[in-house]
Amino acid sequence: MRYAYLKNGESLVIDGNKCTGCGICIDVCPHSVLEITEGKAMIIDKNYCMECGACRLNCPADAIAVNSGVGCAYAVLNGIISGKNASCGCDGDTSGGCC
Amino acid sequence: MGCGCKTPEWITGSRFTKAGLIPVVSTELTGKDKRGEIMVRLGIKRMHYTVAPGIYAVGTPGENSDVFVTANYKLTFDMLRGELHGLSAWILVLDTCGINVWCAAGKGTFGTGELIARIAKVRLKEIVSHNRLILPQLGAVGVSAHTVTRETGFKVLYGPVRASDIPAYIADNYQKAPQMREVTFSFSDRLELTPLEIVISLKYCLIAVVLIVVANLLRYQRFDLSLFNGVLPFIGAVLTGAFLVPLLLPLIPFRAFSLKGFALGLAGTIALIVLSRAGLADSIIYLCFLPAISSFFAMNFTGSSTFTSMAGVKLEVGIATPLIIISVAGGVVMELLKTLRVI
Ligand code: SF4
Ligand code: SF4
Repeated sequence: MRYAYLKNGESLVIDGNKCTGCGICIDVCPHSVLEITEGKAMIIDKNYCMECGACRLNCPADAIAVNSGVGCAYAVLNGIISGKNASCGCDGDTSGGCC
Repeated sequence: MGCGCKTPEWITGSRFTKAGLIPVVSTELTGKDKRGEIMVRLGIKRMHYTVAPGIYAVGTPGENSDVFVTANYKLTFDMLRGELHGLSAWILVLDTCGINVWCAAGKGTFGTGELIARIAKVRLKEIVSHNRLILPQLGAVGVSAHTVTRETGFKVLYGPVRASDIPAYIADNYQKAPQMREVTFSFSDRLELTPLEIVISLKYCLIAVVLIVVANLLRYQRFDLSLFNGVLPFIGAVLTGAFLVPLLLPLIPFRAFSLKGFALGLAGTIALIVLSRAGLADSIIYLCFLPAISSFFAMNFTGSSTFTSMAGVKLEVGIATPLIIISVAGGVVMELLKTLRVI
Protein backbone atom coordinates (compact mmCIF):
# COMPACT_ATOMS: atom_id res chain seq x y z
CA MET A 1 0.00 0.00 0.00
CA ARG A 2 1.48 3.32 -1.06
CA TYR A 3 0.02 6.68 -0.19
CA ALA A 4 -0.01 9.92 -2.10
CA TYR A 5 -0.36 13.29 -0.39
CA LEU A 6 -0.80 16.97 -1.19
CA LYS A 7 2.06 18.73 -3.00
CA ASN A 8 4.27 15.66 -2.63
CA GLY A 9 7.46 15.88 -4.64
CA GLU A 10 6.64 19.24 -6.20
CA SER A 11 10.06 20.67 -5.43
CA LEU A 12 12.06 17.59 -6.49
CA VAL A 13 14.33 18.24 -9.48
CA ILE A 14 17.22 16.20 -10.87
CA ASP A 15 19.89 17.85 -12.96
CA GLY A 16 20.55 15.30 -15.69
CA ASN A 17 23.79 17.04 -16.66
CA LYS A 18 25.34 16.54 -13.23
CA CYS A 19 23.96 13.04 -12.54
CA THR A 20 26.51 10.27 -12.97
CA GLY A 21 24.00 7.45 -12.56
CA CYS A 22 25.69 6.10 -9.41
CA GLY A 23 22.35 4.94 -7.98
CA ILE A 24 22.88 6.14 -4.41
CA CYS A 25 19.68 8.19 -4.47
CA ILE A 26 17.72 5.04 -5.31
CA ASP A 27 19.32 3.21 -2.40
CA VAL A 28 18.27 5.84 0.15
CA CYS A 29 14.77 6.71 -1.10
CA PRO A 30 12.13 5.17 1.22
CA HIS A 31 9.33 5.45 -1.33
CA SER A 32 10.88 4.18 -4.59
CA VAL A 33 10.40 7.54 -6.26
CA LEU A 34 13.51 7.29 -8.43
CA GLU A 35 14.93 4.89 -10.98
CA ILE A 36 18.00 4.79 -13.23
CA THR A 37 17.04 5.04 -16.88
CA GLU A 38 19.73 5.17 -19.56
CA GLY A 39 22.42 5.90 -16.98
CA LYS A 40 20.60 8.80 -15.31
CA ALA A 41 18.37 9.06 -12.25
CA MET A 42 14.76 9.74 -13.26
CA ILE A 43 11.70 10.60 -11.20
CA ILE A 44 9.15 7.87 -11.77
CA ASP A 45 6.39 9.04 -9.47
CA LYS A 46 6.51 12.40 -7.70
CA ASN A 47 3.29 11.71 -5.83
CA TYR A 48 5.03 9.36 -3.44
CA CYS A 49 7.95 11.70 -2.69
CA MET A 50 7.63 13.02 0.86
CA GLU A 51 10.46 15.50 0.29
CA CYS A 52 12.60 13.96 3.04
CA GLY A 53 15.80 15.12 1.36
CA ALA A 54 17.78 11.86 1.77
CA CYS A 55 18.53 11.70 -1.96
CA ARG A 56 19.73 15.30 -2.11
CA LEU A 57 21.95 14.95 0.96
CA ASN A 58 23.56 11.74 -0.32
CA CYS A 59 24.02 12.59 -3.99
CA PRO A 60 27.79 12.86 -4.46
CA ALA A 61 27.33 14.87 -7.66
CA ASP A 62 25.02 17.45 -6.07
CA ALA A 63 22.54 16.75 -8.86
CA ILE A 64 19.33 16.81 -6.80
CA ALA A 65 17.35 19.74 -5.45
CA VAL A 66 14.37 19.37 -3.08
CA ASN A 67 12.89 21.53 -0.32
CA SER A 68 12.89 19.18 2.62
CA GLY A 69 11.33 19.56 6.04
CA VAL A 70 9.14 17.88 8.61
CA GLY A 71 5.70 16.93 7.32
CA CYS A 72 3.98 17.32 10.66
CA ALA A 73 0.99 19.56 11.43
CA TYR A 74 2.07 20.00 15.04
CA ALA A 75 5.49 21.26 13.97
CA VAL A 76 3.99 23.54 11.32
CA LEU A 77 1.48 25.01 13.81
CA ASN A 78 4.28 25.46 16.33
CA GLY A 79 6.26 27.29 13.67
CA ILE A 80 3.33 29.60 12.91
CA ILE A 81 2.64 30.35 16.57
CA SER A 82 6.27 30.94 17.53
CA GLY A 83 7.06 32.71 14.27
CA LYS A 84 10.00 30.40 13.62
CA ASN A 85 10.64 27.58 11.21
CA ALA A 86 8.57 24.45 11.59
CA SER A 87 10.30 22.35 14.19
CA CYS A 88 9.59 20.15 17.13
CA GLY A 89 12.79 20.65 19.09
CA CYS A 90 14.60 18.20 21.31
CA ASP A 91 12.72 19.22 24.42
CA GLY A 92 9.03 19.56 25.18
CA ASP A 93 8.43 16.62 22.91
CA THR A 94 4.68 16.30 23.24
CA SER A 95 3.32 15.80 19.76
CA GLY A 96 2.44 12.61 17.93
CA GLY A 97 4.64 9.61 17.16
CA CYS A 98 7.37 11.38 15.28
CA CYS A 99 8.12 14.99 15.98
CA MET B 1 30.80 6.90 36.64
CA GLY B 2 30.63 9.06 39.69
CA CYS B 3 26.99 9.97 39.16
CA GLY B 4 25.68 7.31 41.47
CA CYS B 5 23.69 5.69 38.68
CA LYS B 6 23.89 1.93 38.56
CA THR B 7 24.83 0.02 35.44
CA PRO B 8 21.72 -0.92 33.43
CA GLU B 9 20.93 -4.65 33.70
CA TRP B 10 21.16 -5.13 29.92
CA ILE B 11 24.90 -4.58 30.14
CA THR B 12 26.30 -8.05 30.75
CA GLY B 13 30.05 -7.54 30.69
CA SER B 14 32.80 -5.72 28.91
CA ARG B 15 35.20 -6.30 26.08
CA PHE B 16 38.80 -5.18 26.03
CA THR B 17 39.99 -3.24 22.97
CA LYS B 18 42.78 -0.85 22.07
CA ALA B 19 40.33 1.95 22.76
CA GLY B 20 39.58 0.68 26.26
CA LEU B 21 36.83 -1.41 27.82
CA ILE B 22 33.59 -1.53 25.86
CA PRO B 23 30.32 -2.62 27.48
CA VAL B 24 28.78 -5.83 26.13
CA VAL B 25 24.98 -5.75 25.88
CA SER B 26 22.48 -8.58 25.94
CA THR B 27 20.51 -9.43 22.79
CA GLU B 28 17.66 -10.81 24.85
CA LEU B 29 15.01 -8.29 25.80
CA THR B 30 13.78 -8.69 29.35
CA GLY B 31 10.34 -8.12 30.81
CA LYS B 32 11.57 -4.77 32.02
CA ASP B 33 12.60 -3.73 28.49
CA LYS B 34 9.18 -4.75 27.19
CA ARG B 35 7.33 -2.93 29.96
CA GLY B 36 9.40 0.11 29.08
CA GLU B 37 8.24 -0.16 25.49
CA ILE B 38 4.59 -0.29 26.53
CA MET B 39 5.02 2.76 28.74
CA VAL B 40 6.67 4.64 25.91
CA ARG B 41 3.97 3.69 23.42
CA LEU B 42 1.40 5.00 25.87
CA GLY B 43 3.31 8.24 26.17
CA ILE B 44 3.92 7.79 29.89
CA LYS B 45 7.71 7.71 29.98
CA ARG B 46 8.49 9.13 26.58
CA MET B 47 11.05 11.65 27.67
CA HIS B 48 14.46 10.50 28.76
CA TYR B 49 13.96 6.93 27.58
CA THR B 50 17.57 6.90 26.50
CA VAL B 51 20.83 4.99 26.50
CA ALA B 52 24.16 6.73 26.87
CA PRO B 53 25.73 7.57 23.48
CA GLY B 54 28.94 5.69 22.72
CA ILE B 55 30.04 2.26 21.59
CA TYR B 56 28.69 -1.11 22.74
CA ALA B 57 29.38 -4.73 21.84
CA VAL B 58 27.10 -7.71 21.22
CA GLY B 59 28.56 -11.21 21.29
CA THR B 60 32.35 -11.30 21.06
CA PRO B 61 33.22 -8.84 18.29
CA GLY B 62 36.74 -8.29 17.00
CA GLU B 63 38.40 -5.84 14.66
CA ASN B 64 36.69 -7.28 11.59
CA SER B 65 33.18 -7.18 13.05
CA ASP B 66 30.44 -4.96 11.64
CA VAL B 67 29.58 -1.62 13.18
CA PHE B 68 25.87 -0.77 13.37
CA VAL B 69 25.01 2.86 13.96
CA THR B 70 21.82 3.83 15.77
CA ALA B 71 20.05 6.48 17.86
CA ASN B 72 20.13 6.75 21.65
CA TYR B 73 16.37 6.26 21.98
CA LYS B 74 16.16 3.09 24.05
CA LEU B 75 13.32 1.62 22.00
CA THR B 76 15.40 1.91 18.82
CA PHE B 77 18.49 0.55 20.56
CA ASP B 78 16.50 -2.39 21.99
CA MET B 79 15.07 -3.27 18.58
CA LEU B 80 18.55 -3.33 17.08
CA ARG B 81 20.24 -5.40 19.78
CA GLY B 82 17.30 -7.84 19.74
CA GLU B 83 17.90 -8.47 16.03
CA LEU B 84 21.63 -9.02 16.51
CA HIS B 85 21.03 -12.17 18.54
CA GLY B 86 23.70 -14.77 17.82
CA LEU B 87 25.95 -12.27 16.01
CA SER B 88 29.08 -10.50 17.12
CA ALA B 89 29.08 -6.83 16.24
CA TRP B 90 29.65 -3.30 17.51
CA ILE B 91 26.84 -0.81 18.05
CA LEU B 92 27.71 2.88 17.74
CA VAL B 93 25.04 4.95 19.47
CA LEU B 94 24.73 8.59 18.40
CA ASP B 95 23.38 11.30 20.66
CA THR B 96 19.96 12.08 19.23
CA CYS B 97 18.43 13.47 22.44
CA GLY B 98 16.53 10.22 22.90
CA ILE B 99 14.67 10.47 19.60
CA ASN B 100 14.29 7.69 17.02
CA VAL B 101 16.42 7.56 13.87
CA TRP B 102 13.96 9.00 11.41
CA CYS B 103 12.76 11.93 13.45
CA ALA B 104 16.28 12.65 14.64
CA ALA B 105 17.57 12.50 11.06
CA GLY B 106 14.83 14.94 10.05
CA LYS B 107 16.04 17.33 12.73
CA GLY B 108 19.68 16.69 11.88
CA THR B 109 20.66 15.30 15.31
CA PHE B 110 21.16 11.89 13.72
CA GLY B 111 23.43 13.69 11.34
CA THR B 112 26.72 13.97 9.53
CA GLY B 113 28.35 16.13 12.20
CA GLU B 114 27.34 13.93 15.15
CA LEU B 115 28.47 10.76 13.34
CA ILE B 116 31.87 12.22 12.48
CA ALA B 117 32.35 13.47 16.03
CA ARG B 118 31.22 10.18 17.61
CA ILE B 119 33.62 8.13 15.44
CA ALA B 120 36.50 10.21 16.78
CA LYS B 121 35.22 10.24 20.35
CA VAL B 122 34.95 6.45 20.72
CA ARG B 123 38.23 6.00 18.78
CA LEU B 124 36.54 3.67 16.30
CA LYS B 125 39.69 3.40 14.20
CA GLU B 126 41.40 1.64 17.11
CA ILE B 127 38.50 -0.75 17.59
CA VAL B 128 38.01 -1.97 14.02
CA SER B 129 40.49 -2.43 11.21
CA HIS B 130 37.94 -2.18 8.36
CA ASN B 131 36.11 0.95 7.23
CA ARG B 132 32.45 -0.04 6.95
CA LEU B 133 29.59 1.44 8.94
CA ILE B 134 26.05 0.13 8.62
CA LEU B 135 23.42 2.79 9.13
CA PRO B 136 19.66 2.37 9.08
CA GLN B 137 18.51 3.63 5.71
CA LEU B 138 16.25 6.29 7.22
CA GLY B 139 19.36 7.86 8.72
CA ALA B 140 20.11 9.08 5.18
CA VAL B 141 17.68 11.93 5.81
CA GLY B 142 20.30 13.41 8.16
CA VAL B 143 23.60 11.86 7.11
CA SER B 144 25.56 12.65 3.98
CA ALA B 145 27.47 9.42 3.32
CA HIS B 146 30.13 10.89 1.03
CA THR B 147 30.85 13.68 3.52
CA VAL B 148 31.40 11.11 6.30
CA THR B 149 33.77 9.18 4.04
CA ARG B 150 35.68 12.31 3.12
CA GLU B 151 36.08 13.36 6.76
CA THR B 152 36.70 10.02 8.46
CA GLY B 153 37.58 7.42 5.81
CA PHE B 154 34.61 5.30 6.90
CA LYS B 155 32.27 4.13 4.17
CA VAL B 156 28.56 4.26 4.95
CA LEU B 157 26.34 1.35 3.94
CA TYR B 158 22.64 2.03 4.27
CA GLY B 159 21.07 -1.13 5.64
CA PRO B 160 17.39 -2.01 5.77
CA VAL B 161 14.74 0.41 7.01
CA ARG B 162 13.52 -2.10 9.61
CA ALA B 163 15.84 -3.73 12.14
CA SER B 164 13.93 -6.99 11.67
CA ASP B 165 15.41 -7.28 8.14
CA ILE B 166 19.01 -7.09 9.40
CA PRO B 167 19.59 -10.88 9.72
CA ALA B 168 18.35 -11.43 6.14
CA TYR B 169 20.42 -8.48 4.92
CA ILE B 170 23.59 -9.91 6.46
CA ALA B 171 22.81 -13.45 5.28
CA ASP B 172 22.42 -12.08 1.76
CA ASN B 173 25.91 -10.57 1.84
CA TYR B 174 24.75 -7.00 2.62
CA GLN B 175 22.34 -6.92 -0.29
CA LYS B 176 19.15 -5.03 0.33
CA ALA B 177 16.04 -6.54 -1.26
CA PRO B 178 13.84 -3.76 -2.70
CA GLN B 179 11.15 -4.21 -0.06
CA MET B 180 13.75 -3.61 2.68
CA ARG B 181 14.05 -0.08 1.32
CA GLU B 182 10.37 0.78 1.46
CA VAL B 183 8.82 2.57 4.37
CA THR B 184 5.46 0.99 4.99
CA PHE B 185 2.48 2.29 6.88
CA SER B 186 0.44 -0.83 7.40
CA PHE B 187 -2.57 -1.32 9.64
CA SER B 188 -0.35 -2.62 12.45
CA ASP B 189 2.14 0.25 12.03
CA ARG B 190 -0.75 2.66 12.42
CA LEU B 191 -2.33 0.74 15.29
CA GLU B 192 0.95 0.94 17.19
CA LEU B 193 0.92 4.73 16.95
CA THR B 194 -2.66 5.39 18.02
CA PRO B 195 -2.32 4.87 21.81
CA LEU B 196 0.10 7.77 21.88
CA GLU B 197 -2.26 9.93 19.80
CA ILE B 198 -5.02 9.19 22.27
CA VAL B 199 -2.92 9.86 25.37
CA ILE B 200 -1.80 13.15 23.88
CA SER B 201 -5.38 14.13 23.09
CA LEU B 202 -6.45 13.24 26.67
CA LYS B 203 -4.94 16.46 27.95
CA TYR B 204 -7.09 18.56 25.63
CA CYS B 205 -10.06 16.32 26.38
CA LEU B 206 -9.86 16.95 30.10
CA ILE B 207 -9.82 20.72 29.61
CA ALA B 208 -12.75 20.52 27.20
CA VAL B 209 -14.76 18.21 29.46
CA VAL B 210 -14.34 20.69 32.32
CA LEU B 211 -15.54 23.50 30.03
CA ILE B 212 -18.56 21.47 28.93
CA VAL B 213 -19.50 20.66 32.53
CA VAL B 214 -19.16 24.32 33.57
CA ALA B 215 -21.29 25.42 30.60
CA ASN B 216 -23.94 22.85 31.51
CA LEU B 217 -23.88 23.99 35.13
CA LEU B 218 -24.50 27.58 34.06
CA ARG B 219 -27.29 26.50 31.75
CA TYR B 220 -29.22 23.98 33.86
CA GLN B 221 -28.18 25.26 37.28
CA ARG B 222 -28.60 21.86 38.87
CA PHE B 223 -26.33 19.01 39.85
CA ASP B 224 -27.32 15.87 38.02
CA LEU B 225 -26.40 13.84 34.97
CA SER B 226 -27.35 16.70 32.65
CA LEU B 227 -23.99 18.21 33.57
CA PHE B 228 -22.41 15.65 31.29
CA ASN B 229 -24.56 16.48 28.27
CA GLY B 230 -22.33 16.69 25.26
CA VAL B 231 -19.34 14.94 26.84
CA LEU B 232 -19.85 11.66 25.01
CA PRO B 233 -20.28 13.23 21.55
CA PHE B 234 -17.13 15.24 22.21
CA ILE B 235 -15.09 12.18 23.18
CA GLY B 236 -16.49 10.38 20.15
CA ALA B 237 -15.30 13.19 17.90
CA VAL B 238 -11.80 13.10 19.41
CA LEU B 239 -11.54 9.33 19.05
CA THR B 240 -12.77 9.57 15.47
CA GLY B 241 -9.90 11.91 14.63
CA ALA B 242 -7.15 10.38 16.76
CA PHE B 243 -8.02 6.69 16.45
CA LEU B 244 -10.46 5.83 13.64
CA VAL B 245 -8.91 8.05 10.99
CA PRO B 246 -5.38 6.64 11.50
CA LEU B 247 -6.71 3.08 11.43
CA LEU B 248 -8.94 3.52 8.38
CA LEU B 249 -6.54 5.94 6.66
CA PRO B 250 -6.36 4.39 3.18
CA LEU B 251 -10.09 3.65 3.13
CA ILE B 252 -11.21 7.24 3.64
CA PRO B 253 -11.27 9.39 0.49
CA PHE B 254 -9.28 12.67 0.17
CA ARG B 255 -5.54 13.22 0.50
CA ALA B 256 -5.66 15.89 3.22
CA PHE B 257 -5.85 14.37 6.70
CA SER B 258 -8.07 17.23 7.90
CA LEU B 259 -10.60 16.37 5.18
CA LYS B 260 -10.47 12.70 6.08
CA GLY B 261 -11.17 13.65 9.70
CA PHE B 262 -13.94 16.03 8.68
CA ALA B 263 -15.62 13.42 6.48
CA LEU B 264 -15.56 10.69 9.11
CA GLY B 265 -16.58 13.18 11.83
CA LEU B 266 -19.49 14.39 9.69
CA ALA B 267 -20.68 10.83 9.10
CA GLY B 268 -20.56 10.16 12.84
CA THR B 269 -22.35 13.42 13.65
CA ILE B 270 -25.17 12.69 11.21
CA ALA B 271 -25.56 9.24 12.73
CA LEU B 272 -25.67 10.82 16.20
CA ILE B 273 -28.32 13.36 15.15
CA VAL B 274 -30.51 10.69 13.57
CA LEU B 275 -30.15 8.19 16.42
CA SER B 276 -30.65 10.72 19.22
CA ARG B 277 -33.45 12.54 17.34
CA ALA B 278 -31.72 15.81 18.17
CA GLY B 279 -33.67 19.05 17.66
CA LEU B 280 -32.60 21.68 15.13
CA ALA B 281 -30.54 23.82 17.52
CA ASP B 282 -28.69 20.82 18.96
CA SER B 283 -28.10 19.44 15.49
CA ILE B 284 -26.49 22.68 14.37
CA ILE B 285 -24.34 22.74 17.50
CA TYR B 286 -23.19 19.17 16.89
CA LEU B 287 -22.42 19.97 13.26
CA CYS B 288 -20.36 23.02 14.24
CA PHE B 289 -18.30 21.27 16.89
CA LEU B 290 -17.87 17.60 16.14
CA PRO B 291 -16.57 17.33 12.54
CA ALA B 292 -14.17 20.24 13.22
CA ILE B 293 -12.77 18.46 16.29
CA SER B 294 -12.28 15.20 14.38
CA SER B 295 -10.65 17.15 11.60
CA PHE B 296 -8.13 18.76 13.96
CA PHE B 297 -7.06 15.52 15.59
CA ALA B 298 -6.81 13.75 12.24
CA MET B 299 -4.61 16.57 10.93
CA ASN B 300 -2.26 16.07 13.85
CA PHE B 301 -1.65 12.52 12.69
CA THR B 302 0.37 13.86 9.73
CA GLY B 303 3.35 13.98 12.11
CA SER B 304 3.15 10.24 12.71
CA SER B 305 2.61 9.31 9.09
CA THR B 306 5.44 8.31 6.82
CA PHE B 307 4.62 10.00 3.55
CA THR B 308 3.58 13.63 4.07
CA SER B 309 5.74 16.43 2.69
CA MET B 310 6.22 19.64 4.64
CA ALA B 311 4.89 21.71 1.72
CA GLY B 312 1.68 19.69 1.72
CA VAL B 313 1.23 19.90 5.50
CA LYS B 314 1.77 23.66 5.39
CA LEU B 315 -0.93 23.96 2.74
CA GLU B 316 -3.32 21.79 4.71
CA VAL B 317 -2.69 23.49 8.06
CA GLY B 318 -3.02 26.92 6.46
CA ILE B 319 -6.45 26.19 5.03
CA ALA B 320 -7.92 23.88 7.65
CA THR B 321 -6.94 25.66 10.87
CA PRO B 322 -8.94 28.88 10.25
CA LEU B 323 -11.96 26.84 9.11
CA ILE B 324 -11.79 24.67 12.22
CA ILE B 325 -11.58 27.76 14.43
CA ILE B 326 -14.55 29.39 12.66
CA SER B 327 -16.61 26.23 12.96
CA VAL B 328 -15.87 25.81 16.67
CA ALA B 329 -16.51 29.52 17.29
CA GLY B 330 -19.87 29.14 15.52
CA GLY B 331 -20.67 26.28 17.88
CA VAL B 332 -19.76 28.38 20.90
CA VAL B 333 -22.04 31.22 19.69
CA MET B 334 -24.90 28.75 19.20
CA GLU B 335 -24.36 27.37 22.71
CA LEU B 336 -24.49 30.89 24.15
CA LEU B 337 -27.68 31.70 22.28
CA LYS B 338 -29.18 28.46 23.53
CA THR B 339 -28.13 29.15 27.11
CA LEU B 340 -29.66 32.63 26.93
CA ARG B 341 -32.77 30.96 25.53
CA VAL B 342 -32.68 32.99 22.33
CA ILE B 343 -33.16 29.81 20.32
S1 SF4 C 1 22.87 10.05 -6.40
FE1 SF4 C 1 23.08 11.82 -7.74
S2 SF4 C 1 24.61 11.22 -9.23
FE2 SF4 C 1 23.94 9.34 -8.23
S3 SF4 C 1 22.28 8.58 -9.55
FE3 SF4 C 1 21.31 9.82 -7.97
S4 SF4 C 1 21.17 11.86 -8.88
FE4 SF4 C 1 22.62 10.71 -10.11
S1 SF4 D 1 13.16 13.47 -1.15
FE1 SF4 D 1 13.02 11.51 -0.07
S2 SF4 D 1 11.12 10.59 -0.86
FE2 SF4 D 1 11.66 12.22 -2.28
S3 SF4 D 1 12.86 11.22 -3.86
FE3 SF4 D 1 14.33 12.01 -2.37
S4 SF4 D 1 14.65 10.31 -0.99
FE4 SF4 D 1 12.79 9.81 -2.14
